[in-house]
Amino acid sequence: MKEDILKYGLPTLTRKTLIDMYAMMLRIRMFEERIVDLYPEQEMKCPVHLCIGQEAIATGVCLNLRKDDYVFSNHRGHGHALAKGSAMRPLMAEFYGKVTGCSRGKGGSMHIIDVENGILGTSAIVAGGIPMGVGAALASSIRKEDRVTVIFFGDGAYDEGALYESFNFASLKKLPVVFFCENNFYATNSHQSARQSACRISDAASAFDSHGVCIDGNDAIEVYKAAEDSINRARKGGGPSLIEAKTYRWKGHVGPDADYEKGCRPKEELLYWMERCPVKVMREFILSRNAATKDELAEIAASITDEIDDAVKFAKESEYPPLSDLLTDVYAPVKEPL
Amino acid sequence: MGKLNIVGAINSALFEEMGRDSDVIIIGEDVGRDGGVFRVTEGLLERFGPDRVIDTPLSELGIIGAAVGLAAYGMKPVAEIQFMGFLYAGLEQIFSHAARIRSRSRGRFSVPMVIRTPYGIGIKPPELHSESSEALFCHMPGIKVVVPSTPYNAKGLLKSAIRDPDTVLFMEPSRLYRSIKADVPDGDYVVPLGRASILQEGKDLTVVSWGTMLHKAAEAAEGFDAEIIDLMTLKPFDEEAILTSVKKTGRLVIVHEAPRIAGFGAEVAALVAEEAIEYLKAPILRVAGFEAVVPMARLEDFYMPSLERIKKAYERVMRY
Repeated sequence: MKEDILKYGLPTLTRKTLIDMYAMMLRIRMFEERIVDLYPEQEMKCPVHLCIGQEAIATGVCLNLRKDDYVFSNHRGHGHALAKGSAMRPLMAEFYGKVTGCSRGKGGSMHIIDVENGILGTSAIVAGGIPMGVGAALASSIRKEDRVTVIFFGDGAYDEGALYESFNFASLKKLPVVFFCENNFYATNSHQSARQSACRISDAASAFDSHGVCIDGNDAIEVYKAAEDSINRARKGGGPSLIEAKTYRWKGHVGPDADYEKGCRPKEELLYWMERCPVKVMREFILSRNAATKDELAEIAASITDEIDDAVKFAKESEYPPLSDLLTDVYAPVKEPL
Repeated sequence: MGKLNIVGAINSALFEEMGRDSDVIIIGEDVGRDGGVFRVTEGLLERFGPDRVIDTPLSELGIIGAAVGLAAYGMKPVAEIQFMGFLYAGLEQIFSHAARIRSRSRGRFSVPMVIRTPYGIGIKPPELHSESSEALFCHMPGIKVVVPSTPYNAKGLLKSAIRDPDTVLFMEPSRLYRSIKADVPDGDYVVPLGRASILQEGKDLTVVSWGTMLHKAAEAAEGFDAEIIDLMTLKPFDEEAILTSVKKTGRLVIVHEAPRIAGFGAEVAALVAEEAIEYLKAPILRVAGFEAVVPMARLEDFYMPSLERIKKAYERVMRY
């Protein structure tokens, strides 16, 4: 342990944490890349919003969370689910619209839910999860439980009124919530500079008398440190924080393709960010500190490949929901009369 | 006269109305540089400039709220919301303000605004991208609701909606956007709001439908002597056309994809029950979506009224 501190600079950042961080980022990357490979088969029955390029954020945050902490995510939520503990099988099955999916094949990629691992909901409405996340934090505050809620949203949510209403309330009540903004600079195809007069989203925290910090979202260690600070603060009753992590999605807003070919964004911009690949940065850090060997890292990749192969096979072999599923789960089941 | 799909027809209506009236402006997310999610507003920014084709933040409440302010100020905004389910985030501005400003200001202000949004099942993403919630808006006094079904009426109805002095919700059937190509006159023409169109005359059975479902209802009518009414405007709707037809045929089937309970079909059925019950030879039937959230593609096929379900309803009223 002492040796770890000397090497990696933080009491909590052990060799194991570093390896876990790399493994999770790679797991998210390879999972998303497999979707890219499989999508042209047209068997996946839903639109997918991929998070390739943003893996350090979900990873660095969720490694600081307990299983019973809550995460509210958004339409780009595969990485959050995996990092918070979701298995690959129900996720992949959900994308194929199968009954074994996490939403019984009804919700698809934009509506991931995993109650056991604390992922209470995602939806297609940008900023739609923010008021709900604050509600969950209010509930743990009322019940005096030391659970923390992290709400992931993008820079697009900074445009939505829901953020401000929610932040104000969370700050007023000193709720145990972390507002985590993954600033990838684009809401669909509109750049941040075309939508916002301010360029530092984290400065908004000061308007709500809260802690705000802007970090490099492609550096998992920096994300880990910032998240650890804010999550601890929230758990100890210090109220909400706003973390803005600057990053970049490598694929288009939706679907498996890069979007520079369609003229949505400059190719040079993508190349700039690919140079700063979060997985590569972590890999180089680990190798440079001799925290693991190349062979050990290759073993991690091999086991992830197996996990993905298994999830895809499971998804493809699973059944579609039966016709009777159409009408279920709309209301609570009617109890038998006494 | 040229052949256009519905995207092209709506685009052409916007071009012409913006050319005709400098108060007409477009506002929405990605409507300018990007030309809209479905490319309906393509080319408008280049032609009319950024003061009249306004890319907004990602903020449904903000888009609609700004449009209400523009309209009250005297302009004629055409706001685009990317999918009908996203409109829910802006309902407060529609229901609490746009619909009421005329009444609240005792007629001194009105809100001549159009909200365009694609609706309905058709492009495969589930739930909020496939909503068909026309009945919600029909229920709110102060709003008009229009649903085109062809390139011709899409262009003519949108022109009427833009010129209308009140707030109009213009629901564009996403499934039909590019699937029908038909003749659309080049010059200026309007299709008036509040009037239905008789797609096909018939003696035995009246079928009332709109938007995407109109085409299925018509296809299912093969072999029946059915009179098919395309309602086009749901609020205010053409009561006269329905009553005249039902008095002739004595039978009524209504087809829509929104859930049956409190769907707009109930309003049509109630009208006939109240005004023409003595002419009926059979019960009024509705073929509609289910009391469920629109599911993913496999179940979506079950959800949407099928030719078989529609035909069964026609047979049932004929057999009665």
